[in-house]
Amino acid sequence: MRILIQHEPFDLVREMEELSREGVGAVATFIGHVRAEEGLEALIVEHYPGMTEREIARHAEEAARRWTLLGVTVIHRVGELKPGEPIVLAAVAAAHRGDAFAACEFLMDHVKTRATFWKQQRRPGQTVWLDANPADDERAERWK
Amino acid sequence: MKLLYFAWVRQKIGKSEETMPLPTGVSTLGELALHLRSLGPGYAEAFANLARLRAAANQVHAGFDAPIADGDEIAFFPPVTGG
Repeated sequence: MRILIQHEPFDLVREMEELSREGVGAVATFIGHVRAEEGLEALIVEHYPGMTEREIARHAEEAARRWTLLGVTVIHRVGELKPGEPIVLAAVAAAHRGDAFAACEFLMDHVKTRATFWKQQRRPGQTVWLDANPADDERAERWK
Repeated sequence: MKLLYFAWVRQKIGKSEETMPLPTGVSTLGELALHLRSLGPGYAEAFANLARLRAAANQVHAGFDAPIADGDEIAFFPPVTGG
């Protein structure tokens, strides 16, 4: 399990190499980007060091109980990010694609709703905190 | 106990963390939130509506009815918006 919170961009080629091992037949990856919107200058992301990593690890362990997995990587960027930049990577390695796809979606639904990150949007003359999206909670509820 | 504040909770209170002894008569996260509300205008604003707040005890999500003890690491923050 590889869980990183960092400002720096992630290196997708390197992360795929990290997940390659005997028996891997599928790697499902999700990459979230800062959505470019009218007037958006930057997204500013803060988190709760320690708890964030624990919370993601807890859900990665839960995923490993539900599905047969061979590796999990979650990298979430923090600090100031520009529109279009990658912000989060979730990658799951398994023998078969069914497990990899499902576990990757499970992980992202919980990164969205349980991992302790908060985003601000900076626009000309104002910076505002983003509100949580109830649709994200509904997606996470499906796994219960 | 160690108190941590994140996002707009931190901004309204004007600090990201502080240490204080467990206040007399406080035994749950909700009671602590109500106590903090009385500490000043910034706190009053941050804790005005507990329905807009979430909390953690010792780095685990916890409800406002969760018991707390001196020595705990307690955090208050808005609903999370990662990913």
